Amino acid sequence: MQKSLLIDPDKCTSCLQCEMACSFEHEGVFNPARSRIKIFEFEHGKRAVPYTCTQCAEAWCLHACPVEALVRNPATGAVEVKDEICVGCKVCTIACPFGTVNYNPDTGKVIKCDLCGGDPQCAEACPTDAITYVDSAWTGYERMQAWAVKTDSKAASA
Amino acid sequence: MSWQRQVLRVNLTKGTSKVEPLNMEWANAYIGERGLGTKYLSENMDPKADPLGPDNVLIFATGPLTGTMASTSGRYAVLCKGPLTNAIACSNSGGKFGAEMKFAGYDLIILEGKSPKPVYLHIVDDEVQILPADELWGKGVWFTEDWIKSHHSNPNLKVASIGEAGENMVRYACVVNDLHRAAGRSGVGAVMGSKNLKAIACHGTKGVKVDDPKRFMKVVKETHKKLAESGGRKELTKVGTNAMIDVMQEWGGLPTRNFKEVQFEGTSKINPEAVVTPNEHGHVNLITNKACFGCTIACGRIAHIDKEHFTVVNRKEYWHASGGLEYETAYALGPVVGVDDVDALTFANFMMNEHGMDPISFGVTLAAAMEMYEMGVLTKEHTDGMELKFGNAEALAVMAEKTGKGEGFGKELGMGSKRLTEKYGHPELFMGVKGQEFAGYDSRALQGMGLGYATSNRGACHLKHDVFGEDMEDISGNNKAKPVKDSQDRVAMIDSTGLCLFTTAGWGVEDFVAQLDAACEGSWTEERCLESGERTWTLERMFNMRAGLTGADDNLPKRLLEDPAPSGNAKGKVAELGKMLPEYYSVRGWTKEGMPTNETLNRLVL
Repeated sequence: MQKSLLIDPDKCTSCLQCEMACSFEHEGVFNPARSRIKIFEFEHGKRAVPYTCTQCAEAWCLHACPVEALVRNPATGAVEVKDEICVGCKVCTIACPFGTVNYNPDTGKVIKCDLCGGDPQCAEACPTDAITYVDSAWTGYERMQAWAVKTDSKAASA
Repeated sequence: MSWQRQVLRVNLTKGTSKVEPLNMEWANAYIGERGLGTKYLSENMDPKADPLGPDNVLIFATGPLTGTMASTSGRYAVLCKGPLTNAIACSNSGGKFGAEMKFAGYDLIILEGKSPKPVYLHIVDDEVQILPADELWGKGVWFTEDWIKSHHSNPNLKVASIGEAGENMVRYACVVNDLHRAAGRSGVGAVMGSKNLKAIACHGTKGVKVDDPKRFMKVVKETHKKLAESGGRKELTKVGTNAMIDVMQEWGGLPTRNFKEVQFEGTSKINPEAVVTPNEHGHVNLITNKACFGCTIACGRIAHIDKEHFTVVNRKEYWHASGGLEYETAYALGPVVGVDDVDALTFANFMMNEHGMDPISFGVTLAAAMEMYEMGVLTKEHTDGMELKFGNAEALAVMAEKTGKGEGFGKELGMGSKRLTEKYGHPELFMGVKGQEFAGYDSRALQGMGLGYATSNRGACHLKHDVFGEDMEDISGNNKAKPVKDSQDRVAMIDSTGLCLFTTAGWGVEDFVAQLDAACEGSWTEERCLESGERTWTLERMFNMRAGLTGADDNLPKRLLEDPAPSGNAKGKVAELGKMLPEYYSVRGWTKEGMPTNETLNRLVL
């Protein structure tokens, strides 16, 4: 079963444990500036939204790479950067419509979410379950269920 | 590791900055943040210096665990000599600024001298610029943060700044970071203003390393779990600190109308239930909770004001969400001034954050002014025509804004309660210690709290000791000295790690020690950590003694020592300081006059 990150901004408190876990997994240091997932805050913290790569099936970044440094991991479905091939041309950062591939000036390579090889540390670290790792085919399950409850007349009148 | 081993020293008079290595001998003895900041302050200034003069030194300090995955790792402290107390000031804050300062590579930033013109610091890793703040001077905190981020086209900058209150040297001005988190107490923002320093903006990409990453991650996983499962943590997440207002109301320790009473009839309008209940327009005050950096508690509240409320009805600029009521803001903008209008409290709180003031000191100062108004000492001629009676929500809202902007009677309120009551001939109405106003706990109903207030090195403060358990178990002043002393040392240690005191909802000393020991090189034991806390406490005390304070400053107002609590569990009781204080000096190893003995100083290597 392929899994995806499921993000529920309503649960996010903007604690950035995910950004620290991500940078620690990939860089061995706590460094949100090098995190592959990022939290955005709006209106003095009224809303906080985690954002990261969705692992497109037709990945713009992968198609744009001139040296084939971006490779699909068949086990996880993630598009991963092969550091030994990447030349730091940044074309993928332009190609990605969501901005989730970024250049790391410290290494001269690009960085993006690789789902930590199937054990995403952001989801592991999230204290409120705003980030979970679930069946790709059913990321909408909980929302469907929530709406289903609302249309259940017996539950509504109970 | 864990420390960045770098200190940024900025000379504002000359407009220069340099990086120097962190003194690791001091780091090992004082850990970081509060402790290490105290050591650096003591070694870098004369405690007799004028707190608002160029010889005062302002220090921003992080701890070794700041910026790590330990829960609540966002904290930093601001230290200097305080303009409210003429004693050492040390205020800590959450939000995201502290961790960012660490990521830029600095354990401490030391600010010396006074800039000839308003400036702000712009720091991106090794690049440090002192830039003109002409376009920011006279503006609030919210404008300042937005302007700096947009001026540098860098939304990743985190900003700690002062509002107009800091510029005008309101004695209890604070340093605000991330819009509504603050190094709130003791007037550290006034000192920043006295130096013509508007803001420090910071972005860092260096990250923080720990000594034993594998063990650290294992320990952190355990401590996260322990905190997550604790009942106290769950309450803080769900309700926030304002859960305390119902507890104190029931106990009879909720200071009301400038401490004339200890219970307030209006708590049900400003308590946690009130902020989630729709008002007559269907408006709900509370929107959500929010975390500081690294925090798995998220006790912060985000709220908004009813658009039809008199404070904002014609002011769309205050219709957005911002920091909501926590216990101390609810107490100081509510019971102590007799106001029970939750939107007025929220508006006043917005003013505190936007203009950069400590709501506790503001509220208690306004309470003293209200008492003097009701006595006829102050009249409408003093108060810009405002009826300054207890319970007047309009007076609260108007005076909060005027004090922030330095207008009319707000300038007088900006002096703080001690100076205001002295000016008008009623010093007995000042409710505080060493010039700093009380938090929301009455010393007659919580005896250990009273001893903690009286002996706190930065003036009255509820966050420098932790004896709630003892106080609620035994309402007398018996056997309070040792728990107060022990918890003061423990809290000083916790404050020095870079973590938040509220983690004690689920953690004991062993949990802080386990995280420190995995993150920092060397061996960190409970004994070593607690001794470091005692060392910090005693060094703060010595700073104050050198500044000219004496044991006579460890005192409480006459009202709490002589007027019995009128209701509640402590009905008929007064604060038993006279009994507790000599015991306290004795368990501290201090003389009867409150001076640490040579033996005590030698034991702590001071």
